[in-house]
Amino acid sequence: MSVVRSIIDPLFRVFNDWAFWVFALTTIAAAIAVVVSQNVVRMAFWLIISLGATAGLFFSLDADFVGSAQLLIYVGGTLVLLIFGVMLTASGPFVKIKTSPGEGVLAALIGVLLLSLILYSACAVDWSQNENYDLQGRVASGFNVPAEGNTTHTLGLSLLSARPDKDLGSTTASLTSGYLLPFEIVSVHLLVVLVGASYLARAKRRKEPAAPQSSA
Amino acid sequence: MNGMNSLFAAGGIADYLSDKTSSEAWAFAIAAFIHAFLIINFFAVAPLFYIWLERKVAGRIQDRLGPTRVGGKFGWLQTLADGVKLIQKEDLCPQAADRMLFRLSPYLVFVASFAAFMVLPWSDGWVAQNLDVGIFFMLAVMSLEVMGVILAGYSSGSKWSLFGGMREAAQVVSYEIPMAICALVPVTALGTLNMLDISRAQSGPLGNWMIFHDPFCFVAFFVYFTVATASVKRAPFDLAEAESELVAGFHTEYSGIRWSYFFMAEYASMFAVSGIATALFLGGWQTGLGIEEFILDPIRGWGKNVSFLPEGFVVGNYIANLFGCFVFIFKGCILVFVQMWVRWTLPRLRIDQVMAACLKYLLPISCVLFLGVTVWPLAVYEFTALVLGKPQTTIFSQPLGNKMYETSRERPPATKPTTAVLEREVAR
Repeated sequence: MSVVRSIIDPLFRVFNDWAFWVFALTTIAAAIAVVVSQNVVRMAFWLIISLGATAGLFFSLDADFVGSAQLLIYVGGTLVLLIFGVMLTASGPFVKIKTSPGEGVLAALIGVLLLSLILYSACAVDWSQNENYDLQGRVASGFNVPAEGNTTHTLGLSLLSARPDKDLGSTTASLTSGYLLPFEIVSVHLLVVLVGASYLARAKRRKEPAAPQSSA
Repeated sequence: MNGMNSLFAAGGIADYLSDKTSSEAWAFAIAAFIHAFLIINFFAVAPLFYIWLERKVAGRIQDRLGPTRVGGKFGWLQTLADGVKLIQKEDLCPQAADRMLFRLSPYLVFVASFAAFMVLPWSDGWVAQNLDVGIFFMLAVMSLEVMGVILAGYSSGSKWSLFGGMREAAQVVSYEIPMAICALVPVTALGTLNMLDISRAQSGPLGNWMIFHDPFCFVAFFVYFTVATASVKRAPFDLAEAESELVAGFHTEYSGIRWSYFFMAEYASMFAVSGIATALFLGGWQTGLGIEEFILDPIRGWGKNVSFLPEGFVVGNYIANLFGCFVFIFKGCILVFVQMWVRWTLPRLRIDQVMAACLKYLLPISCVLFLGVTVWPLAVYEFTALVLGKPQTTIFSQPLGNKMYETSRERPPATKPTTAVLEREVAR
């Protein structure tokens, strides 16, 4: 028993890291498959895997709300619409996407630029500040204090501009205490877009002679 | 270790095992395995039972007997015999199909449906992963199921399948919206997304169930159930596999075990949406008779230190939780039975009727319900202040604020194994 344990325990000591590596490698491999594959629907399938594994990364960081939102919005919402659109349009010659060498070079250039931007901003952060411990040896402050899951209450309160984690009365406190205003602005913006889209879709039909109504 | 309420919650088993093994991550992995094992067993056995039940219910409604021969008088083993037959069948893949997607899409449906069971509250503390975003997570992963169906329909290389997949996409994407809004109605009243907290807040007499909390929740239950039936593509909303029009819809080209994965996922999803309805509206694992307080709560502390059982295991608590688990499954099964009853009684809608029912009726109704439930406590407060002279936010039941305060106070401090590992790492 102890022999087995001495072999298996070191493997599982890095269980959290192990979960990270599985999700991270899946994300990357599926993302590469999206780029490499030429069939539109298969690209969408690999995108499902990639975005789902990203949600897994969020969950392994105990950011459960962000993970669920990722699943609901990107995988369950955006990708369904994408596949739906592809299914309606992709037929015969349009299923395969072949890129010319010039496009490949351009895309690679943009990709490298974006990667270097991300790498630059990641390296610009002084990560050593993340290692501030209090007297008990726990993480006291830093850039990313590890979340312990269960983030909804804090998120909900800060959406309502109630911040129990901040002293809003102090003179140094910033004026923006919550996210209610940005949230409202974004939602009104989305509503405008929706109304506009439905108006445009309808305006086209109005010019044509009235289609025979099916008796419902 | 909190053996009191959550022996079979993730914290419970993992905490217990971490005392026995040298590595907490190892304990976490075993606990995860045990939870997955328990859930996949339910996930596999429940469809066996439901398919048999469906045949029996269909038989009775159509004035015949249903299965009678396999496995004794009632045909108990009919589904098992079907399963054996399906495993033996050849695993076909049509020539025109996209092979990889055709083979993978049943698993996509299966996994999405299975993941939803992770946050179902079986009993007090019995939940595989006690997420604070419980109901949100559940709706999110259940929305992934449609992806497998669409891909199956597309990759089969058949017109019937493609039509089925397209109908499914249009239907499920539209019905997800009123479903989420209806689930939000009790969540708004309670102020939490955690499935355990939602169920705990409905303890006590029948009046404490969310369905009886206010008229909006009452209507929301029925709207939710209608929408949920549509979102798991059951008749009268089973346009994706309408036999009379599309042969078998999205799974026309499937055979053998892959075909049965679709059906396992469908029947398991029927229980999953019924489980959401039970937890949100029908009191979760509570009987609603008030017997918990007199019968189950006294035995919760009984049998604390039995020598041959693991330390921290409380026998009485286990029995009380097991009873709660049975109540939860029983309620879920009743709702599944109603879905079957509806299926064999009502005729199938047309696709335009399905879409019109969602976008023109169910969506506005659910929006009104959502607005109503936010205004209701304020309205009742003003009304009771005016009429009774003593303002209160509820009429029949205990005020929800008190209820939530009590349940959150009783809740043992959750120590998650992941953070425990992290703290140990940091301390080192």
